Amino acid sequence: MFPELNNLLNTTPDRAEQGKLTLLCDANTDGSFLVHHFLSFYLKANCKVCFVALIQSFSHYNIVGQKLGVSLTVARECGQLVFLEGLKSSVDVFFRAQAEPHPLQFLREANAENLQPLYEFVREALKPVDDGEAAWRCPVLLVDDLSVLLSLGMGAVAVLDFIHYCRATVCWERKGNIVALVHDSGDTEDEENNILLNGLSHQSHLILRAEGLATGFCRDVHGQLRILWRTPSQPTTQRDRSLTYQYKIQDKSVSFFAKGMSPAVL
Amino acid sequence: MAAVATCGTGAGSTGSVVAAGSKNNVTSFQRRGPRASGSDSSYSRLVSIAGTRPSVRNGQLLVSTGLPALDQLLGGGLAVGTVLLIEEDKYNIYSSLLFKYFLAEGIINGHTLLVASAKEDPADILQELPAPLLDDNVKKDFDEDACNHKTAESNIKMKIAWRYQLLPKMEQAGPVSSSRFGHYYDASKKMPQELIEASKWHGFFFPEKSSSTLNIEPCSLTHGYIKLLQFIQNIIYEEGFDGSNPQKKQKNILRIGIQNLGSPLWGDDICCMENGNSHSLTKFLYVLRGLLRNSLSACMITMPTHLIQNKAIISRVTNLSDTVVGLESFIGSERETNPLYKDYHGLIHIRQIPRLNNLIYDVSDVKDLAFKLKRKLFTIEWVQDNYLRQERNIYPPGFSYLLKQKDSAWGEGSLQHSTFLMSFLAKETAFASRLVRHSEPLEQTGSGRALQAAGPRLWRDGRRQEAPGLLVTPP
Repeated sequence: MFPELNNLLNTTPDRAEQGKLTLLCDANTDGSFLVHHFLSFYLKANCKVCFVALIQSFSHYNIVGQKLGVSLTVARECGQLVFLEGLKSSVDVFFRAQAEPHPLQFLREANAENLQPLYEFVREALKPVDDGEAAWRCPVLLVDDLSVLLSLGMGAVAVLDFIHYCRATVCWERKGNIVALVHDSGDTEDEENNILLNGLSHQSHLILRAEGLATGFCRDVHGQLRILWRTPSQPTTQRDRSLTYQYKIQDKSVSFFAKGMSPAVL
Repeated sequence: MAAVATCGTGAGSTGSVVAAGSKNNVTSFQRRGPRASGSDSSYSRLVSIAGTRPSVRNGQLLVSTGLPALDQLLGGGLAVGTVLLIEEDKYNIYSSLLFKYFLAEGIINGHTLLVASAKEDPADILQELPAPLLDDNVKKDFDEDACNHKTAESNIKMKIAWRYQLLPKMEQAGPVSSSRFGHYYDASKKMPQELIEASKWHGFFFPEKSSSTLNIEPCSLTHGYIKLLQFIQNIIYEEGFDGSNPQKKQKNILRIGIQNLGSPLWGDDICCMENGNSHSLTKFLYVLRGLLRNSLSACMITMPTHLIQNKAIISRVTNLSDTVVGLESFIGSERETNPLYKDYHGLIHIRQIPRLNNLIYDVSDVKDLAFKLKRKLFTIEWVQDNYLRQERNIYPPGFSYLLKQKDSAWGEGSLQHSTFLMSFLAKETAFASRLVRHSEPLEQTGSGRALQAAGPRLWRDGRRQEAPGLLVTPP
């Protein structure tokens, strides 16, 4: 996790909030550093994490996690982390018919209706253990990323339904959190993606949006992060709080600064 | 100038870097082997694969794309287990050349090839590969100045001009040394037949394979893609590239080349219709990447993205690929007549570079890159700023010019001063400079007391005379 981002969001691993949906969004840039942040944040906060990693392999997250101070292999072995590696499982699902329903079942089907097997997997993974010992703090579902599900043949409505079911189970029933990454396609007219993004934006409590700079590539400022706090359950009589920062990604951390105040410029 | 930090073209540093990443050590140099297996014995056997080297940044195993210039732009090479997507230029001239360079590099390094095409028979493609440039021919073709860098270390980047970095280090004359990382190819000659026959390759020609039956239930993938995926998976499993076959211990890289993916010849209609089968190609790329991540292979795909009607698919395809390079040739476009581009054949856009095992990645600062295919070499160079380039053609630096500033007398200056004004004064300045050199002592006609250049008659009788003002108007 990045300490500077924790300061901006005003959280620490000890007092992580519960029952929240956080939406990560990237436009014209790569927002995967936010995924790495939340993964290490919740692992350090002693939460049980179910990570649906559809876009990269386990060793990628593991190596970056080690730079940020968590070990995914240890977490997986002791049961804190349930990792669904999309790339590896897709090969298994695609080439060999599986005996029992697999979370990525829709890869084999021509017209998959919904993501129910995936939801069942998540529900099973984040089931509270009843053996009496002090378990993990709260369940967390982390998805990287939801736009890939659209590329794999699911409709935007099916993905929204999946998130809705997960919210009902994880956020409301078990008082956990959900963090999901969606790509913003910008000016290319990807309607399904826009439906998904708009739908999720209205449901989420916190939106972190990483954008590329409008003026193009810069070596010292990699992009701009917009943070928006929302209260979806209450009517919006009060204004949602919003902050904008620019950031530069370094080897083991990300430094944030106010717009125009990059250390390289000052 | 681009500030890409790479090693030189030698591959001698593999041993020392691997030693840093021991079995349980989790330094940033940890090798990322076949990603499924966690066995530590894979580290030692990966050291000796020909034609690969670890990345400087994170110990990633890299292979050359066949173009040393492109390797440098991609941060050292193509990472094993990733997909390089080339967006084809309009007439598929240069992208097919890049495809051939990729395959030729595989043959020179002794890698196994898998060539898939729906347009040409892979055997024919292999016959057309360019010949590698042998060391004794290289000496004749390049300048003697470049040859003198034989003893220079590989780290002298700032002293040598950008172009000289692309020239190979001179080695003793002899056969093509396969221990070098990237090789140069002569596009006008063909690869020798004995090298092709000595290599191991598998071909997938879609029109031949389309008739056999499917043993997978029809999902939304088109027939061609399903067969191709099965073929690739079969080769990877049979030859042991993913380490799962206990009988086969593979120490080699599989280079997969897929040509014109997405074109109608593969049975996909995204290039023909706006609302075609929009998930077939993306699903294919996803499963392909899953296959690659778990095996010792690297893949280059060329795709005619300029034909894809639905632009949303292009952004999805970009997100599903690791490295994306776009080629834009000048043939038939208005840029062909632009004097700025007269030496070049097209532009090359590096659209995406992956961040593998890392938060950061190697990206060059130079964004305007153009390529040209000289007699034998495919070079990529930085296209300079338009204005500055034209300026330097008219006013070469190092000379001094007369400048007239507003409301004052003529003064001598050089290119660094008021470059902006000089383009307005083109004719007068050139005229004036000739007059300074050959004129008689000048009378002062203006009122200004601006500093003047010391002309030949300025000092007269041991005392400095008044500086003259305006020049005599030429007849």
